[in-house]
This record gives sequence, structure tokens and C-alpha cells, in this order.
Amino acid sequence: MTQPRMLLAGLVASLALLAGCGQSGGDGGAAGDTIRIGEFASLTGKEAAFGQSSHKGTVLAIEEINAAGGVLGKRIDLISEDNRSTPGESATIAKKLVSRDKVVAMLGEVASGRSLEAAPIAQSNGVPMISPSSTNPKVTETGDYIFRVCFTDPFQGRLLAEFGKRTLMAKKVAIFSDVSAPYSVGLAQYFREPWLEGGGQIVSEQKYTGGDKDFRAQLTAIKSTAPDAILVPGYYTDVGLIVAQARQLGITVPLFGGDGWEAPELLQIAGAQALQGTYYSTHFSPDNTDPLAQKFVAAFRAKYGETPDAMAALGYDSALVLADAIKRAGSTEGAKIRDALAATKDFAGATGVTTLDANRDASKGAVIITVKDGKFQYVETITP
Amino acid sequence: MGAPRIAQSQLLLLGSLAVIAVVAAFADGYNPYFLDIALSCGINVILAVSLNLINGFTGQFSLGHAGFMAIGAYSAAMLTTAGGPTLLPLAGGIPGVLFLFALLLGGVCAALVGLIVGVPSLRLKGDYLAIVTLGFGEIIRVVLQNIDAVGGSRGLIGIPGYTNLFWAFGFAAVAVYVVWALVNSTYGRGFLAVADDEIAAEAMGINTTRYKITAFLVGAFFAGVAGGIYAHFKQYIAPQGFGFDRSIEIVVMVILGGMGNTAGVILAAILLTILGESLRQFGEFRMILYSLAIIVLMIVRPQGLFDPRMFAWMARRRRTGP
Amino acid sequence: MTEFLQQLINGLALGAIYALIALGYTMVYGVLRFINFAHSDVFMVGAFSGYYLGRIIPQGSIPGGIVVLVGAMAICAVLGVVIEKLAYRPLRGRSTLTVLITAIGVSLLLQNLGQRIFGANPKSFPALFPTHYFQLGGVTVSTAQITVFVVTVLLLFGLRYIVLHTRTGMAMRAVSFSPTAAQLVGVNIDRVISFTFALGSSLAAAGGILYASNYPSIDPLMGTLPGLKAFVAAVLGGIGNIAGAAFGGVVLGLVETGVVALGGSTYRDAVAFAVLILILLFRPTGLLGKRQAEKV
Repeated sequence: MTQPRMLLAGLVASLALLAGCGQSGGDGGAAGDTIRIGEFASLTGKEAAFGQSSHKGTVLAIEEINAAGGVLGKRIDLISEDNRSTPGESATIAKKLVSRDKVVAMLGEVASGRSLEAAPIAQSNGVPMISPSSTNPKVTETGDYIFRVCFTDPFQGRLLAEFGKRTLMAKKVAIFSDVSAPYSVGLAQYFREPWLEGGGQIVSEQKYTGGDKDFRAQLTAIKSTAPDAILVPGYYTDVGLIVAQARQLGITVPLFGGDGWEAPELLQIAGAQALQGTYYSTHFSPDNTDPLAQKFVAAFRAKYGETPDAMAALGYDSALVLADAIKRAGSTEGAKIRDALAATKDFAGATGVTTLDANRDASKGAVIITVKDGKFQYVETITP
Repeated sequence: MGAPRIAQSQLLLLGSLAVIAVVAAFADGYNPYFLDIALSCGINVILAVSLNLINGFTGQFSLGHAGFMAIGAYSAAMLTTAGGPTLLPLAGGIPGVLFLFALLLGGVCAALVGLIVGVPSLRLKGDYLAIVTLGFGEIIRVVLQNIDAVGGSRGLIGIPGYTNLFWAFGFAAVAVYVVWALVNSTYGRGFLAVADDEIAAEAMGINTTRYKITAFLVGAFFAGVAGGIYAHFKQYIAPQGFGFDRSIEIVVMVILGGMGNTAGVILAAILLTILGESLRQFGEFRMILYSLAIIVLMIVRPQGLFDPRMFAWMARRRRTGP
Repeated sequence: MTEFLQQLINGLALGAIYALIALGYTMVYGVLRFINFAHSDVFMVGAFSGYYLGRIIPQGSIPGGIVVLVGAMAICAVLGVVIEKLAYRPLRGRSTLTVLITAIGVSLLLQNLGQRIFGANPKSFPALFPTHYFQLGGVTVSTAQITVFVVTVLLLFGLRYIVLHTRTGMAMRAVSFSPTAAQLVGVNIDRVISFTFALGSSLAAAGGILYASNYPSIDPLMGTLPGLKAFVAAVLGGIGNIAGAAFGGVVLGLVETGVVALGGSTYRDAVAFAVLILILLFRPTGLLGKRQAEKV
């Protein structure tokens, strides 16, 4: 007799939990004295490192905004959800944020794939969405409610091709990309075309899987083709080891890559000596002397006890840009926020000056960083 | 004893399909978030019930079910995205027909792979079989990641959203019916015999090979169909979503429901899907709670939460009622 | 030619690490007949223990390195015993399926706790032993790789000694032959099993430290793949067989490096599973195992 009751109890309990967790939804994101903003990120799972970083930056920004009085006189209520780095979750979360929590806008995601999942839902519901660091061009192509505060792969690819040709003066390049990361595959793709058009050669293309530890086999193969430089469009989690092992194998040519390299751990994992003569493009540098960037780094260190990376800085800026847009719109209506976002011009944040162009992508310069004598050093800025 | 029971359940199947069709017709009026959860429930029911046939009824320990789901998802999605423009007019312009065909294709492709996985299983038992099926699941994932034509790690986007309540729950009903009918027939006793004691079954003249292969084929087929429904639900699939974690999720549903207990497994699938959403508010602790729950469950109640006798009790009540 | 030699060294070093982890799997399987899925995460805890211990003890010295190694092995031995006592002992005698699921649960728990406690960001593993690169011809050998060979061989001989020349080792062999018979002659099963777990876990910890010394980037999810591959190595060599685990580890390391050298690097993980499937199909008792008839 107890079994049916147990079963019923179980079902009822979870339904109640479900209903309960949505109570915060209520009747509209701006009801009362709070403005509800949604955030979805990979807080656990394989890409937790990036999601946690981005999340920390966002949370810091919201705290600062609220401490300064909020937006339109109201506090911002940040509703964060974890998609566990798993495809499929972000779409469900987007639906929850829109129809249950009734957010006025949402922030997410680092990974382009997961942004692409959620974007159609945000778009069809007229809820503005800002991605902090998705670089696949298709993300903003979804619709006019989708924005991003970082540059895109085509831009970064072209930039790297230019840099390789002009500054590194390389003619032959080897590409070593991460087959498991859409970011890496995309960046390599958008590098290839401008590079070849500019008269460069690609002498070798090797691949690795994110999470691999041993790259010696592929690096040995690359070494035997004698490139002038090696492009590694991957994440710092692997690049650190790649650079270290390349140097151990006697590869002396420069290695270069994109914003995925950006993290303080890179220096620790690879070691200052190995990183000598490597370059990467990014939005931001912790050593950037810009006062806003410095203020952000100090605040981040004070709150979390660690130095922020690019994802954190972009997460921070995405929240600031959104808050600024809501303020300019003077309302929490989706369409008005969207228009205000589209008009964002010269907004100063931790990652520099952000202007959103006609494609709702951030038209901003990238900086090239290198490592000299154990410290990250700024080399040059490249503007579009 | 066999014939009248089958006819009754066929009526039940048609009846449920009709009810589902009616409920699905009003889908636009439902809260999209709840609709999302409901669709996930339906898909998970298909996955859990199909795995139950392999794990529960036939006692073959499979940890790679997500691999079959992946095959089905990609096959169906490739058909509708790449082949859509040419095939849709052939289907009379009705998406439903194209979708049904895509799902069946997905199921068949998955079943073929199920055949390949089933063959090594003939010799292996317990732990070894588990690891081999896990291996197959991972191999499928790695291969998909390396095929640029289906997007590689970037995944497949722009899949048309054909899935709705009718398809998800309709196929759930069909899957339940097929598995139930298969196992409850006199032929089906063989599955249970294989699960109980393979050597004894062989000694009794039961062709264990055929049963094991059948289990994998049917199980994989429905997992493939579930994959196709999933692909047209999320409208974006990537190899990372069909890994070991996903397989474990389905295994836990089967264990929770009680292996070999169809009704229990259905309930467990629904319960776990809803619970997964309810626990979202606990963010990072969700997975920690989940893994603790698995351990506690195995120690305290490994036969599953739901006692099969409970359902027998309900059936008995029905028959001896006024 | 130098490329081939370089790849050979790489393969052997990788294989030695797999061998160390495989030993733990094979020992537990030999005594308890089940795959301890959580073994790969004990490996991870070992690496992190080394990381935290390495911050207290000065780096780059051999005595310092040994202290950290032994410390991590001790920590994981305790962890292994605790896991056995809390999660596996209550399930003694139940179906292998139940225990396997529990092991998966423990593994997931350790991974997620790790992400919560250590943080998901990869950390740079300190250089415990002095680092130096030797150039022999065109081939580079690092002290980290040499350490792997030395430590693995030492531990292998140590393990062999324990199993073949001590009373506890004899008890372990007895239990793996027949738990009931062992109990009948007075062997304390609980103690033997705890000891087996402690030993296996400490080997996993050693594997973790050596792995992290060679690939100095650690994160809470680092154990899954090496763990699974080490299991394949154990099966390859013949599960329950110590020499087999070592042999299987080396073979797998070489095969994997070979595949990568031939250009199939993105398939390196799939290759391990393919090897597993082939071995189980054609020689299920492993390359060094004995053919066993199944008694009914």
C-alpha cells in the first residue's frame, strides 16, 4: 500500500519543486523593484573553466551596478543557470528564462554552439541576448535581438593572417587546431582564406583533441615541414602544454594564436621561457594600463583572489553594456532595449571601447600580446 | 492466454495515440518551458524503455546507448536538412511525412549499428560488455567529431523543428507497446531466460544469440528514433551531447525504475527529467547531488524505486473489480 | 630515424604511466572481480595532492620529490580504503551491475567535488623533481620521462615482492582464487580487500604524480581518459595479472603514440577502445593471460 503513495509523493514533490523554483518568475521581469536578467553558462562539465570565468566577471559587474544604485532606480536580479557544458541544456534554459522567469534580457554564452542553441529562442520571443565571447559569425546572424561584445572569428582570422605576414614575416605556416572545439575549427577556417589570398603557404595542418596532454607526435610532424610560424588557434588549457612541448622538441619558430590563449595560467603551465617568442590576439590584457581595465582587475582580484582572464573581462563587459543600454532605453521593453543596444557606441569597459556595428558584432580593436622576460607584454593594436 | 491480452493492449495503444493527438493539438497554448520539459520526458521515456529491453529484460549491460541516439539523430537530421529541399515536395509538401521517414531512417541506421555492437556482446558478460559498449559509444562520438560533412565538433545547426508532443509521446507509446508486447509473448520469455542464466538457457535449447541480437536491434532502433526526435526538438546537435554522460543518465533511469519493470522505468524517466529541472536552482551542486543519489540508491534500493508487484496489484484490482 | 626513436621514447613513457594505473585496476579486479571506475579519479586526486604538497615542499629536488610522491600515495591509499568501506562494502555479494553503477557514481562524485573544491581551471603542476632535457642525437629525453621509467620499475618490483613474498600477498592471491575458500582457512577478507584498495590507490596516485610531471597541467576531469585507457591496458595484458598490466600498458602506449605519429591523432582515444574490442573478441583472457574454461 505504501508503494503507490511513495510514487505519488515522488511525482508531487518534484512537480512542487519545479513550480516552486519558478515562483520568482511572477508577472514580468520588471515587476516591483528589480530588473530580472538571465545568464546561462557552463558552470560545470568539460568547459567549466570558461563558464566559471565568464560568470565571475558578470556577477562582479552586476554587484558593482547594484552598489551604485542599480538601473532605472531598480536592482538587477541576476538569474544564473548552469548548462553543464552539455548541448541541449541551453535551449531549455532559454525557454525557462523567457517564459518562467520572464527576464528582460539574457547574457550568454562563451561557446558559439551553445549560443546558437539559445539564440533562436531569444529572438522569437523578442528578448535581447548578449553573448560575451562567442565568435562564430552565425550567432548574431540569427536575428536582430542577438548581440555580442567580442569580435568575430572572421575578423580575428584576418587579423592573425595580417599579423603573420606583416609582423612575423612568415611565408610558410603550420596550423595546429583543436578538432573538438568549434572555436578552434572556426578560427582556423577564417585564417586560412585570407592567409592564402595574401600569398602565404600552409605547409602542415595537424589536429589535436582538447584535453590531450601529449602533442609531441604532431609537433614532430610539424617540425619536419619547417614552417616559419605555427598557428595554434586553441584554448590556453592545451596551448600551455603545446608551447612547452614544442620548445622541448627544439622548435624555435614563433607560435601564435587567438583570444583562447588569454589566461594567467598560460604563463604558469608553459613557463616563461617557452612562451618567449609567442604571440596571441585578444580583447584585453591584465597589464593593460587603461584605468578601467586596471580597476576591473583590482576589483576582480579583491573579490575572487585570482587574476581575471579574457572570458571574465568579457563577461563583465557584457553585463555593463546591457545595463547601459537599459539605462539609455529608459525602459525594460525588449524592443527598446534592442534599439538601445544597437546604438551602442564607444562604450568604455574593461576590454576597451565597444561599438556595436550593423551586424550587432563588436567593432573593436584587438591587441597582440607577447611574453618577454616572464611577463605578458603588449605588442600592438590592430583596429578593423 | 496470449491472444486476447494482445488485442486489449493494441486498443490501449490506439487509444493513447488518439489522446496524445488531441493534447498535442493545443500545444500552442502551453507554457513553452513546460512544453520543453514534457517533450524531454517523452524522449527520455523512449530512451529508457529501449535500454530497458537490452539491460533489464535481456540482462546485457549496455553503457553506450547514447551512441545509438547519436546515429539516429544525425541520420534523421542530415535527411531533413540536406535532403529536405528535394524530398519535401516528394512527400507532398507535408513535413510530417518527411519527418516520419527521417525518424524511421534514423532508427534503421541505429539498428544497423546496434547489430555491429551486438555481435561482440555474444561472447562477453557483465563488466566487459559494459566497457565494450561504452567504447562503442565513445568511438561513435569521436568519429562524428571528425566528420566535417556533418559539422564535426561544431555540430549541425538549422535543423527544422518538426518535433511536437504528438511525435514525442506517440513514439513513446509505440516503443512501450513494442517492448511490452515483445517481452510478454511466449517468444519473449526467452529474453528473461537469457537474463537469468545464459548457460542454462542454451542448455534448454534457447538460441541466446538470436535474443541478444534482437534486443540490441530493437533497443537501438528506438534509441535512434528518439535521437531523431531530439534533433528536431533542440534544432542543434553536436557530438559532445551524446557521450558517456548521456548514456549514464539513461542507465540511471532504468536502474531507478527497476530493471525489467517497464512501468517503473517510464515513471523513473519522467521523474528524473522533471527532477533534473527542479534541481536546476541548485546550480553547481546538481551533479554532486545526482552522483550521491546514484550511490545511495544502489546501496539502499538497487532493485529500483518502484516495486513491480505494485503494478501487478493495480492489475489485479482491475480484474477482480465490481 | 630520429623521429621514430623520439616517438618510441614518447610511447614508452606514456605506456609506463598506463602500466602504473593499470596495476591498480588489475589488482582490484583480481581480488573483487569488479572494475573500480573510481580508480581514474583517485589518480586525479593523487595529482592534486602532489600539487598542494608541492607548494609546501621546495621544488626541484629529488628528496623533496620523493616526499611529495610518498605523501600523495599515502593520501590516496586512505581515500581508496574510505571509498571501499563506504560505497563498496555494503554491496558485497550483490550483482556486478549494481557495484559497477555505484563505482560510476563514486567517479562522478569525485569529479564534481573536484570541480567544486579545486575549481575547474587547469592548474600548473610544480616541477617536483629537477628538470633537465637530455639531447641524444636528435632525440630529446626529459628527466620527467626517466623518472617515470625508474619509479614504475621500482613500484613493479615492490608490488611483485609484496604479492609473491609476503603473507598479505599470499592472502590476496588466496582471495582472488576463491573468497570462500580463503575465508575457510582463516583469511580476514575485509582486511585483505582494504589492503588491496590501499595498494591500488597508492599506485594510482603515483601514476597521477608522474603523469602530471610529464604533462604539467591538471584539472578535475583529467582522470577519465587515462583511466579508461589503463583499464584497456589491463585487459590487454590479461586482467588479474600483474605482469600483464605492465605489458599491456607499454603496448597500449606504443600503439597510441604510433597512431598519432601516423597522423590519426584525433582518433587516439577511439583507438584504445578499438584495441579493447579486438582483444575481447579474439583473446579475451589477454595477451599474457591463461585460457580459462567457465565452470557451470
